[in-house]
Amino acid sequence: MRGAQLTDLLDNSPAGVTEALDVVDGFDQALVGGLSRLDAERTAALAALAGAVASTPLGSALAETVDKVAAGSVGDEHLLRLAGARTAMVGAVHDALREQADTALGRTRAQWPALTTAAGPVDGRLLAARSWLAELAITGWRNVDHDLVATSQQALHALLAEPTLRRAAVLLDGLAAELHHSSPVATMDRLPVRRWADLWARAMLLTSPESQPAAPEPVSGRLLILGADVHEHATAVQLQVHALLETNGEPTGDSAPRLVRVSVSAAKVDTIVGPVIWQLLAAHPVLLAALAGRLSLDVTDMPLHPSGDLVWHDGQARPGEPADPFAVARVQLGEALAPAVPPLDRHPVSIAEPVLLEGYTASSDDAGLSFDLDGTRIAVDVDRLPGCGPLTADLVAASTACLGLLRWDDGGWSVQPTGVQATVKRKKVAVHTGDWAQGPTDPKIAKAVARSGDTIAVLRERAGRLLRK
Amino acid sequence: MADGRLQGVVSSGSDIERVYVSSIAAGTHELSCRTNNNRPCGGLSNGVPCNHIALLAEEAIVQYGAEQVVRFLRFDPDMEITIGHQIVWMLDRNVQVAAVSPAAAVFSRFLRHLSYLELPGSVEALPELHWFPAGAVAR
Repeated sequence: MRGAQLTDLLDNSPAGVTEALDVVDGFDQALVGGLSRLDAERTAALAALAGAVASTPLGSALAETVDKVAAGSVGDEHLLRLAGARTAMVGAVHDALREQADTALGRTRAQWPALTTAAGPVDGRLLAARSWLAELAITGWRNVDHDLVATSQQALHALLAEPTLRRAAVLLDGLAAELHHSSPVATMDRLPVRRWADLWARAMLLTSPESQPAAPEPVSGRLLILGADVHEHATAVQLQVHALLETNGEPTGDSAPRLVRVSVSAAKVDTIVGPVIWQLLAAHPVLLAALAGRLSLDVTDMPLHPSGDLVWHDGQARPGEPADPFAVARVQLGEALAPAVPPLDRHPVSIAEPVLLEGYTASSDDAGLSFDLDGTRIAVDVDRLPGCGPLTADLVAASTACLGLLRWDDGGWSVQPTGVQATVKRKKVAVHTGDWAQGPTDPKIAKAVARSGDTIAVLRERAGRLLRK
Repeated sequence: MADGRLQGVVSSGSDIERVYVSSIAAGTHELSCRTNNNRPCGGLSNGVPCNHIALLAEEAIVQYGAEQVVRFLRFDPDMEITIGHQIVWMLDRNVQVAAVSPAAAVFSRFLRHLSYLELPGSVEALPELHWFPAGAVAR
């Protein structure tokens, strides 16, 4: 990113974002006290949400829904519509922000293809999850206690058992764990109101089957890694690798490299944290070796979704030549084609656009770390640096070049570093999140990991014996 | 560390099919140790802590650090504790065996946790996890 691009991004905040989020916040407040006991103010907030989507296909259904809910009749279908309307509002905010970022970066983005398959019937397991979510909305966050959280467990077990429902399962588990740790919520000073409403609304929509676009297309070519991001809650971990795919013009005929993501995930338990988590992803040795060794990858017939998600099959990838992520970004990131965003993922949280920043001055003040690029400042999100990699806030503060993900959260843009070039003890070093994918290279950390024992192997052995009795 | 107890599941030294659920209560330091079939541990019955309690304390210090464990169990914070056996020596003078055992609840929670490790991984994206950055849980 050049200084002028950053200025473009920070100076041209799209119109209507604040107003749209105000409507969303109004609805979110109604979830705090619960939809079963709405006062005049909350009823008005729901009406405002209905008003905001009045000219859309949701319009008439939502107006009717708000009347029903205000009269005290709250059914699952009503809640699904409310979640849909809230999601549409947040989706509009996403679109405005995404376009602003694409314009500033000069990034071309693919169009979302027309839907080809109709939505299937709803799975009973999803309906069980929906009824727990409905209970939450009716009760309200303030009145959530251990008992209400515990009732999620049955629906959750059923979801976890079915691999195709993993998205809903992982989200429900994350929300339930967070509510469990906060219970009884009545004693909390401040609630993460928008966050919980975000999780609730997305979970609600995941209980309703989507229409799908065409099947993923098989792609072959060279994959050049830009950086790795790690997501984690108590019982799930996901490694997301951002990369450029060179397909030699096949099959689209376009020769520009495509921005893609590789996501591999594993279930875990809360005692497994830090560098040990790489061991959970050991089923993908070629991918981990490429991250640790900074290698390019040659992939053959790997399925690519229109969303830019490459479905990883370790056996269909071979390690290639070394490829420095900074060199890759300098030469090719500017011209890369960005993928389309699936309708459900239109939420500001999904904005994680790979960017390269150079020639800045890093400085730290009360607001945290920021980069100053030709007089324009952007915040650096060091809180998102994962504990499983060598990248630390100190390294970022000492850096002169940074590969990262452009993100938007609560009114502001920030960069989440995935790799930096820095000068440590007068030596130039490059440090990336994925450097420890094959185990920590720092002997001190490696020793600590070894000392904590092979936790995963021991737990798996116990699971093997105790669960089959 | 949960429900006012340091608790855990310890493998039996003699029988690979068996595990013990051991716990030390915070504050009162009441001990409990029972098998997964809810039989009392033989080692704990004669008034001294059994090996399972010692292993539990040892592992807790590896996982959470001595300082946090000592504070949680409400021992004297000025005591220099670096290994689990020191916790056992401090218990030794005044061992009380808990009247009510939390073993069944702890064991079923443990089994539920183990079941996560048997779930297959996924290669389809889980976009919802963007709400859960890894930095937030790293120690």
